[in-house]
Amino acid sequence: MKNFLKIKNLSISVDDKCIIKDLNLNINKGEVHALMGPNGCGKSTLSNVLAGKEGYDITNGKISFSGENLLKFSPNERANKGIFLAFQYPVEIPGVTNINFIKTALESNRQYNGLDPLKPGDFLKLIKEKAELLGISDEYLKRQLNVGFSGGEKKRNEALQLMMLEPSLAILDETDSGLDVDAFKIVADAVNSTRGKKNSMLIITHYQRLLERIQPDIVHVFINGSIIESGGPELAEEIDKNGYERFNNA
Amino acid sequence: MSDNQEKLTENDFKDPYEYGFETEIDSDFAPKGLNEEIVKFISNKKNEPKWLLDWRLAAYKKWLTMKEPNWSSVRYPAIDYQDSYYYAAPKKTEKIESLDDVDPKLLETYNKLGIPLKEQEWLAGVAVDAVFDSVSVGTTFKEKLKEDGIIFCSFSEAVIEYPDLIRKYLGTVIPRTDNYFAALNSAVFSDGSFVYIPPGVKCPMELSTYFRINAAGTGQFERTLVIADKDSYVSYLEGCTAPMRDEHQLHAAVVELVALEGAEIKYSTVQNWYPGDENGKGGVYNFVTKRGDCRGNNSKISWTQVETGSAITWKYPSCVLKGDNSSGEFYSIAVSNNFQQVDSGTKMIHLGKNTSSRIISKGISTGNSSNTYRGLVSIHPKSNNSRNFTQCDSLLLTDNCSANTIPYIQSKNINSIVEHEATSSKISDDQLFYCRQRGLDEEEAVSLIVNGFCKDVLQKLPMEFAVEAQRLLSVSLEGSVG
Repeated sequence: MKNFLKIKNLSISVDDKCIIKDLNLNINKGEVHALMGPNGCGKSTLSNVLAGKEGYDITNGKISFSGENLLKFSPNERANKGIFLAFQYPVEIPGVTNINFIKTALESNRQYNGLDPLKPGDFLKLIKEKAELLGISDEYLKRQLNVGFSGGEKKRNEALQLMMLEPSLAILDETDSGLDVDAFKIVADAVNSTRGKKNSMLIITHYQRLLERIQPDIVHVFINGSIIESGGPELAEEIDKNGYERFNNA
Repeated sequence: MSDNQEKLTENDFKDPYEYGFETEIDSDFAPKGLNEEIVKFISNKKNEPKWLLDWRLAAYKKWLTMKEPNWSSVRYPAIDYQDSYYYAAPKKTEKIESLDDVDPKLLETYNKLGIPLKEQEWLAGVAVDAVFDSVSVGTTFKEKLKEDGIIFCSFSEAVIEYPDLIRKYLGTVIPRTDNYFAALNSAVFSDGSFVYIPPGVKCPMELSTYFRINAAGTGQFERTLVIADKDSYVSYLEGCTAPMRDEHQLHAAVVELVALEGAEIKYSTVQNWYPGDENGKGGVYNFVTKRGDCRGNNSKISWTQVETGSAITWKYPSCVLKGDNSSGEFYSIAVSNNFQQVDSGTKMIHLGKNTSSRIISKGISTGNSSNTYRGLVSIHPKSNNSRNFTQCDSLLLTDNCSANTIPYIQSKNINSIVEHEATSSKISDDQLFYCRQRGLDEEEAVSLIVNGFCKDVLQKLPMEFAVEAQRLLSVSLEGSVG
């Protein structure tokens, strides 16, 4: 599908301060886009707005997702329609086990989309299979959601949820931060394995390193709330080499 | 963005009180008001022996001299004790032999409440002693229990059938003059449940009683007495709902537990009485005295409660740890919404040596409610090597509610250890957003987070109760995050 996600002339303010200015972005089904920019350029604002977080003022523009006006949907409706945000800072929820959380989320998803809940045995089989790819143990699945997890463990967990929920649009917000070299490879490869013709990805990142393992179709340079330049993977390599200086001066 | 969203309002979630219906059954009222004649009327109605009438009258006389307690945080208009009925029973003249003899409307009420007074209960391992208003109308599986020598019957029946046991234990844990509401109950108690587990017997099923306040304007004065003889075990469940009405209803129950040497009693409550509407109108006043006596060495009493109902809750299920090596537990979830007021907690009185107690309290407040944990841990001079651990956590869902933790700790023994931990927290927007981003709607998200918060206590409930309790928590908190 063309223009699976279509952002048109989007401007967003927080507390009267303009964070995103006249942004345009089209992602077709099956494409992987990378949004690269320095700290504080509005990357997380964009991912939050796509996911439906409150507290942002959309002063102009439209977002359509799968042909529908995305902005009229609640965060949970967006999630159930296939938008998944891998959080930069996943929250802790004491007393709720990892596995129970994922089961609850998956059931909400399936119910919304008119599917019966998975049988407990099938669910268990599926989650164990995915967990193994990420090097996640049974014991870890029974732990309380993100409580006392290291930064890397939290990111692995986000990747596990991504693999279980199989979204049609995954937004990865700085998923590489907080990961050591080994964990980074595992998570990146696991995420890369979810790529397919039926789903798209928007990778929001500061560095190029994630893009070496999940190669994007299109790279956008995102500075001060706007896309300054778009191109192929070579753009990411250039940023890796020379930084954002050239674009700052543009 | 919020401009474009169709925001759900609180009203979209609010269900009228789920069990707010009233069955029309003629009640056999005593005249309104309270005096010696009423006490005699009640006693006479129940064919009680003279000693029990005298006991009631002594309680009544003492009650007249007592003052309603005002030390707790709850506030309510003065109660006119003369403007209430003190006895109401479903109209019955003959003794009930089987369920076929029970008023069909009564059975219908039970069905609405989802109380299965049927054989399936046996399969589920639950025996139900259903208390409708004040008189027990049907007791299931009494015969099966009898084979083990277990007595499980209405209090009135026990007074007639087992007078020696009643006389031996009644008022020995909670004296008839213990406090204002206990004295009132002692004078006018109508019915309740009685359990006796003989020495060495493990009760093979969970014993459960469902209470229901029904007749308009009738205070409920239940009396429960559970005795676990040497080395016996019993798990007792108490759950309740009440129909919707406008005027306040007074409920002053008394529950006494006695655990003899090596015995264990587990007492679980799910309380879902009408809490009043969202403006604070109506609702039950729940002034309950519950106390367990670990009378023998190595005995154990455990209280678990899930309190979501009542306009006012004033209850402190307590343990008196008299026997050496005895232990007491209190696990509590108290939810307050709208204008509900909760002042609840426990008392752990350590008297024997090597006694231990554990308190886990989870308070959840939302709306304009107030939720106070008030607890006493008292270690007496001779209670060597005793231990207490207390953890009180409060979760706040809105800006207008309040949560307080008021621990009283008295340790008079240098070899004993008392620990107290307390936290208070709010459900954060980030937690809600995270859950919603994974597809849960706001209600589901709140429910998930709250259930996680309460997990330590929910785990202590018997399985069938835990499921009901989780459902109750969700229902109680619907539309509560603003």
